[in-house]
Amino acid sequence: MSSPETVKSLAAKLAAGEASAVELAQDYLARIRAANAALNAYVELNDEQTLTEARAADALRAEGRAGLLTGVPIAHKDIFCQTGWHARCGSKMLESFAAPYDAGLIERSRAAGLVTLGRTNMDEFAMGSTNESSYYGAVRNPWNTDHVPGGSSGGSAAAIAAGLAPAASGTDTGGSIRQPAAFCGISGIKPTYGVVSRWGMIAYASSLDQGGPMARTAEDCALLLNAFAGFDERDSTSLQRPAEDYTRALAQPLAGLRIGVPKEFFGDGMSADVRAAVEAALATFRTLGAVTVEVSLPRSGMAVPAYYVIAPAEASSNLSRFDGVRYGYRAPEYGNLDDMYAKTRAQGFGAEVKRRILIGTYVLSHGYYDAYYLQAQKVRRLIAEDYEAAFAQCDLIMGPTTPNTAYRIGQNDEDPLAMYLGDIYTTSINLAGLPGMSIPAGFGADGLPVGLQIVGRWFDEARMLGAAHQFQQATDWHLRTPEN
Amino acid sequence: MSRANWEVVIGLETHTQLNTASKIFSGSSTAFGAAPNAQASPVDLALPGVLPVMNRAAVERAIRFGLAIGATVAPRSVFARKNYFYPDLPKGYQISQYELPVVQGGTLTIRVGEGDKAYEKVVRLTRAHLEEDAGKSLHEDFHGMSGIDLNRAGTPLLEIVSEPDMSSSAEAVAYARALHALVRWVDICDGNMQEGSFRCDANVSVRRPGEPLGTRREIKNLNSFRFLQQAIDYEIQWQIEQIEDGHKIQQATVLFDPDSGETRMMRSKEDAHDYRYFPDPDLPPLVIAAEWVDEVRRAMPELPAALAARLQSDYGLSAYDAAGITASRETAQYFTDALAIAGAAQATQLAKPLANWVMGELAARLNREERDIAQSPVSPAQLAGLVARIADNTISNSIGKKVFDALWNGEGPDADAIIDAQGLKQVTDASAIEPIIDEVLAANPKSVEEYRAGKEKAFNALVGQVMKASRGKASPAQVNELLKKKLGG
Repeated sequence: MSSPETVKSLAAKLAAGEASAVELAQDYLARIRAANAALNAYVELNDEQTLTEARAADALRAEGRAGLLTGVPIAHKDIFCQTGWHARCGSKMLESFAAPYDAGLIERSRAAGLVTLGRTNMDEFAMGSTNESSYYGAVRNPWNTDHVPGGSSGGSAAAIAAGLAPAASGTDTGGSIRQPAAFCGISGIKPTYGVVSRWGMIAYASSLDQGGPMARTAEDCALLLNAFAGFDERDSTSLQRPAEDYTRALAQPLAGLRIGVPKEFFGDGMSADVRAAVEAALATFRTLGAVTVEVSLPRSGMAVPAYYVIAPAEASSNLSRFDGVRYGYRAPEYGNLDDMYAKTRAQGFGAEVKRRILIGTYVLSHGYYDAYYLQAQKVRRLIAEDYEAAFAQCDLIMGPTTPNTAYRIGQNDEDPLAMYLGDIYTTSINLAGLPGMSIPAGFGADGLPVGLQIVGRWFDEARMLGAAHQFQQATDWHLRTPEN
Repeated sequence: MSRANWEVVIGLETHTQLNTASKIFSGSSTAFGAAPNAQASPVDLALPGVLPVMNRAAVERAIRFGLAIGATVAPRSVFARKNYFYPDLPKGYQISQYELPVVQGGTLTIRVGEGDKAYEKVVRLTRAHLEEDAGKSLHEDFHGMSGIDLNRAGTPLLEIVSEPDMSSSAEAVAYARALHALVRWVDICDGNMQEGSFRCDANVSVRRPGEPLGTRREIKNLNSFRFLQQAIDYEIQWQIEQIEDGHKIQQATVLFDPDSGETRMMRSKEDAHDYRYFPDPDLPPLVIAAEWVDEVRRAMPELPAALAARLQSDYGLSAYDAAGITASRETAQYFTDALAIAGAAQATQLAKPLANWVMGELAARLNREERDIAQSPVSPAQLAGLVARIADNTISNSIGKKVFDALWNGEGPDADAIIDAQGLKQVTDASAIEPIIDEVLAANPKSVEEYRAGKEKAFNALVGQVMKASRGKASPAQVNELLKKKLGG
């Protein structure tokens, strides 16, 4: 078995002149054409657009102006506005929409010379943990196509796992990078809120949404985060900080690293095989010199309820702009104005989006606001305080990314609450604004990947990536592919 | 039915459009009159993924207003989303401030009425908050469809809310006028009411003295002082009649129809939206450092109330004159420029006649020709020169008006040149006036006779004849004196 391609290995090939950007792009496009029908990971391909970008990358290299990543292919989640491509966000509502501007992350991706392979499938408006809510069809897990890839960045995760992209962008509101990374056996990092620009990233829940990279290895994630991160004056929640090299701690030994293990993350809902894999991973960290200490996040149980108040509340408002007036879908037939709104939104949105708009509208309503929204915001502060207290005893926090391996397709159709509860370990990190990542840590009894979640202090991405990289030097879970 | 048995309670909410070059959350121009949607960026159109960025200039204007009314400029205020669907509201929510506005409290002193009945009143302000305007729906010229123009969407507004401290339409209008003058004075709003830069909502209720507050109805979008007065007067009358007829007032939002002079219901309390306010997660709290407030304070012009007080104490102007001169910043500027030119030695003496000229002849002429005082053909220096010549008796007040007309028409560079060129210098020399008096007396024996018979009026007629014969140049005081002497002799 040969090692799967990584961002790093492809960058080396390009630098050595062993392949051109056009050749890499053509190679990947051929693989995508062969495999995408079975997986539905990509929702838009545009060979001419891809090859134009690849040729530009080769021209830069010929001029000696290539950067580290120039010519490396990447897939972008369909949530990022990108000129030359549609931005449908998994929704019928935006089937006809193509943005006249680039998202902040896309601008930085272009500036780094990354070549867009295509646009990846996602849960509609990033609402979902299975990628089944996409108007453009469910994505299938490359490890077992009867299973979901996770969501909402399921297309990105599946594409990487299936070798249809070496890297992809994702977004994470309550786990949408980490959970599909775990389900598909890849690496992905949600940075600290404010590190990656939200400009041009179609909003689900503004105070929680954060873009980030997904790739096979932690090292690739670090290289990509170097490209994606940075202040953007068009996003008022973007943070102005000195530029940072996220690869700086990759080589750092783990001796003395204190890993906090929250006892609440190993409770009842967790399956035995996930527990075994995560505990084995923690044992590996100990052999690398780290020490594990038990910590407590007493308010963990409140995270999912608080998340499912705050996120839908913001979503109900964020999605009001999809009204059929200026762009996007409009019902073909309607009576008066109110009827136009009602029919447009009834026909343009799917069931999960409507469910969350209803929840969000309800919790913001007069008479309920204090009991739900305000209360959830208080819980949010308490959850952040829990993490601050825990970080007084440790440098990183680790545990499972999800309580189970990937669901079967259709498993949660009748019970959305079961799906929401699967977000039990991921949502609190968004509520606290902390950086979180997931890396492959073995397999469950069903042969599906298990993810290890790593959580850092605010802006401690480099340390997280370093620990993950050291783990990946000692293990080969991240090199496994569905074919071998 | 009589209004005497009723107390009226009025509070005003005023939307002032801030005169920034660009919109409150995007870089689009705010200029009025562009082709529809020519000034609508992706942010104004609420395309997917776009985000608001606060315009610092709008905040600076809010601070200026807060300082002008002696309010608290909140060190931390919060933007909230006001959610409702309307085609000219692109995001489906308006970004406004709800629980924590940028300006809190403050007062505005108003002068109501004229002459002996004039009085001052201090109106308390509740708050002023920053928000964005909506676009416009156009219901004509689209063959049964509606057009949407988003040029105005995102224009910065400061919504200024008063306490219900006014008790008549006259007080409400005086408040609105004072506020209008103030926002223009501190240069945060162009005050153009036709273009909608300054528009008022009036909350009106009535009660019998001693009773608790009545139910209020809100009259929306009044964009002239006249409509404000008419709408409130109509509403007061209507509410009193309703109650006296045994009906209860229902809380409602109403519109004023200038053609009929009536208000009509737009929506009842039951139809009121649930706006589902919540803090906008796209905008962090607005934090205003004390240093910034100090910086703005240092750059503030002298405020009208302070200037009016100074004009009274330093120059002996009456409260009425001082209020008139400070009614607009341009008028005050004109007046203080003229005083400065007159020089310190003369200013005290000239202030009162200057004020009379500025508020009398000059104001009337500007009004007649629909010009702003800043574009007056007669400059402050020219008017100061003219008033000085009247004060030192070089010319009479009535010749002064002639000289004013000549200055207006550009017939000379200053009053002195015109007086010289047209030979308008007042004649005070008795030997020059006496022959004229003799002629007039000889030509009007009837008047002389009547005067001697005790008719005072006849004397005035004779003075008039003498003045006329001197082509206005004779000193009126001198004429009076000499005429009396001759008739009495």
